[in-house]
Amino acid sequence: MNRSPYISNAPTVSTIMFKVLLALVPGIAAYTYVYGAGIVVSLVLATSTALITEAALLKLRQRPIQPYLMDLSAVVTAWLLALSLPALAPWWVVVVGTFFAIVIAKQLYGGLGYNPFNPAMVGYAVLLISFPLIMTKWPAPLALATQPLSWSEQLSFIFQQPLPASMTVDAISSATPLDYLKTQLMLNKDVASISQAPIFGHFGGQGQELVTAAYLLGGLYLLQQRIISWHLPTAFLLALSGMAGAFYLMDPSHYANPAFHIVSGASLLCAFFIITDPVSGPTTPKGKLVFAAGVGVLTYLIRVYGGYPDGVAFSVLIMNMCVPLIDALTQPRVFGHEK
Amino acid sequence: MNALLNLASRLLLGLGRDNDVYAFNGGVHPPEHKAESNTRPITKLSTPKTLVLPLRQHVGYLPKVLVKVGDRVLKGQLLAEAEGTVSAAIHAPTSGTVTAIDEQVIPHPSGLPDTCITLSCDGLDEWGPLQPINWRLSDKKNLVDSLRLSGIVGLGGATFPSHIKLRSNSQSPIHTLIINAAECEPYITCDDMLMRERADEIVAGIEIVKHLLGAETCLIGIEDNKTAAGEAMKVACQQGQALVKVVPTLYPSGDARRLIHLLLDLEIPSDKRSTDLGVQVFNVATVLAIHRYFAFGEPSISRIVTVTGNVASPQNFEVLFGTPLSDLIAAAGGAQANTSHFIMGGPMMGFDLPSSQVPITKAANCIIAAKPDLFPAAPPAMPCIRCSRCADACPVNLQPQELYWFAKSDNFEKARDYKLFDCIECGCCSYVCPSTIPLVQYYRYAKSEIIAADKAKEAADLARERNDFRLARIEREKLERAQKHAERAAANKTEASAQADAAEATPSATPSDSAVSDKQAAIAAAIARAKAQKLANGPTATEPAASKPAPSNADAQVTPADKQALIAAAIERAKAAKLAAAQAGLAPKNTENVSPSVQAEIKQTDAIREKARKLTESDTSEQDKG
Repeated sequence: MNRSPYISNAPTVSTIMFKVLLALVPGIAAYTYVYGAGIVVSLVLATSTALITEAALLKLRQRPIQPYLMDLSAVVTAWLLALSLPALAPWWVVVVGTFFAIVIAKQLYGGLGYNPFNPAMVGYAVLLISFPLIMTKWPAPLALATQPLSWSEQLSFIFQQPLPASMTVDAISSATPLDYLKTQLMLNKDVASISQAPIFGHFGGQGQELVTAAYLLGGLYLLQQRIISWHLPTAFLLALSGMAGAFYLMDPSHYANPAFHIVSGASLLCAFFIITDPVSGPTTPKGKLVFAAGVGVLTYLIRVYGGYPDGVAFSVLIMNMCVPLIDALTQPRVFGHEK
Repeated sequence: MNALLNLASRLLLGLGRDNDVYAFNGGVHPPEHKAESNTRPITKLSTPKTLVLPLRQHVGYLPKVLVKVGDRVLKGQLLAEAEGTVSAAIHAPTSGTVTAIDEQVIPHPSGLPDTCITLSCDGLDEWGPLQPINWRLSDKKNLVDSLRLSGIVGLGGATFPSHIKLRSNSQSPIHTLIINAAECEPYITCDDMLMRERADEIVAGIEIVKHLLGAETCLIGIEDNKTAAGEAMKVACQQGQALVKVVPTLYPSGDARRLIHLLLDLEIPSDKRSTDLGVQVFNVATVLAIHRYFAFGEPSISRIVTVTGNVASPQNFEVLFGTPLSDLIAAAGGAQANTSHFIMGGPMMGFDLPSSQVPITKAANCIIAAKPDLFPAAPPAMPCIRCSRCADACPVNLQPQELYWFAKSDNFEKARDYKLFDCIECGCCSYVCPSTIPLVQYYRYAKSEIIAADKAKEAADLARERNDFRLARIEREKLERAQKHAERAAANKTEASAQADAAEATPSATPSDSAVSDKQAAIAAAIARAKAQKLANGPTATEPAASKPAPSNADAQVTPADKQALIAAAIERAKAAKLAAAQAGLAPKNTENVSPSVQAEIKQTDAIREKARKLTESDTSEQDKG
């Protein structure tokens, strides 16, 4: 019988997913430092929802539960979704989003390897369309909040306990810098004066810079471990900053500079963790460049002209739709064949 | 991208150095495991009591057996001669008696038994007459023809008969000979040891092959993990017979097309052979065998085999073909108790042997004793996560993840579009797959399904063509019969109406006349036309419309009669032609005098017959392939 090769040398799917989770840890730590421990609660909620729904659906689909839970792909989805949500999102928002991501976007399409859309981004998009108000209410960074919530107060807020009498929701939350910039621009202010607001730091939002740097660290680790290829983050960041740079050069008073766009919103999370989802992304090297550049351009356009606070989720989903086409059109030349 | 990589590799290796090589896409670097077996010298294995020689030891047609049970044969005697173009001879590896010619288990992935010659050795090892040939003084064509009797095939594992690779081809003369000494598969060290110990003989072989091919240059490609072998070859090539080129250790650099690209920066187009571009590739052991054939008259009766893995003392042996595997294992100190099975070839492309009793053949470059923890069974496959590691590793630059998807869903047309048949089954994709999907198995499956479907389709097409032809013939015969009837009827009518004509003196002239007279007029007109055509008679009467004297009001009714008249004329022509043919005394098969449509039909029939003959022929040749 011919069943060669007899040897193999590959990380398992579980190892790959575990390394992705590991790479997210610095980002989570920075996030916790800037916004408080609420995110940890969201992560735990999302993780348990993901594992329970994944197990339930596997059971319904009569698939082996243990190997598929152990692949950790559900946990990665859960973490990416939780990190995309406002830090103090109510518990049910986290649960509903994760449920959608795992049940609808992943398992109903056939589970691991078969989902055409990034599950975390599907969950995020569903929440953004369904509960827009909650999804735009980000907590102010702890350093800026007039009355920062203690960890236990954050916990009870997530579980919808009333706030202490002395506080209001507005006191603990604020618009994100992207959002703030957009609304202030509509009031005919220019970028320079808007960015004097306290929520702005050196480049982007106050505190966001630290979180971004932590994601970058995780991303570099994934590159070094060859879990992700350089094509995706490079093309995405180049496209986003290229768009931002072109608009900024045209009119600096109306358009924020590229550095702001790189540091704001979910840019770095997107570059290293979201568009690098192999299942819903393209496989050819050229296709990866096209895909990531497309996400970068769309993200910028949605941020500047769209009605949503950040454009990452929709950009990724739109580009997910294009993946079969991108793959078909970017087939590399086979050895011994003309193009 | 490749150009960039080439540039980078050239910069790294230093510009202008003669050792620059050109990287191919992907490749993998599995643990080499060569050190186990390359520390001991090549040992000659003693002659066993019996040898079992499968007829199927090469690619191509089975050879024709020349001996019968009971014959005493001498060492080197021809037992079976090459039959057909692609075939190789089999010789007696030692002297003894033929005791059986029957089916036995052979080392083949199918595990099926096949015809073998069993030789009971007499222990005398008595050579038959040997006829060395001075290749420098002989005609090239005679040399190549005599190689047909040598039984030498590609010893790198491909087992393609060597004499065919040496035939001169005036259309694309060979300018470069490449000696494949890469030995890129892990565990295997037979070529390594051969180069270390017999470099001079290899170079002597290179000179012969160069001469036969008319090649100006010869490059020897050796992976950089075989420094001792590389040095030995360099010393042996000091007179400039060949240039030793060290290539990076990267599986599968020993694949011929990859090696050509590495050494010459030449990509052999998928639909061409390397010889079309003037390059021919030989394995080191093969050129050595060619040298020994010409220098000493020794045919191909033994080879070097690496025995490694779970044996007490892994090493290389010079083994007579037909030696039972168990003898070889015993010579290597025996297999450890936990040996599960034996693998022939390397761990990347080898296959499980059906038993430890199979004979060593010309293809057997390496035997690995396997145990469970040496080659652990792959865990159950997970779904493909499209990570494209396989695409990064593919030396042919295919998209294995897409091919897997198409093969799995039986979407063979798509698989073919994505160049499935360019896959060399090297196993790099499976080697790097995180989901441990047996990718190569899917490709083998898809390939065999496509080949089977193509064959079935060809056969079905042929059957349909035959049936269409048959239906057309039946239709034609029917028509001919009808024509004959019509002709007879027309002839009768002509007679009858001629009488009527005479009887009826005044034809009706006014349109207001009765229907009966109208009809009569029509008939009369038709008859007149028929007569006119008969007069004009045959092949030259072309335009019936021109001789149409009928009044327009009678046209509709006239048509059938008109047709009949035409038919009659045609039949007349045919008869005349037949008659002419008969008079000329031509054979009935003669087709010149038949109308063009019939000629075309005959041609078609012949084409179909030819095709059917070819198909059955190709069927048998396919079966004959290894």
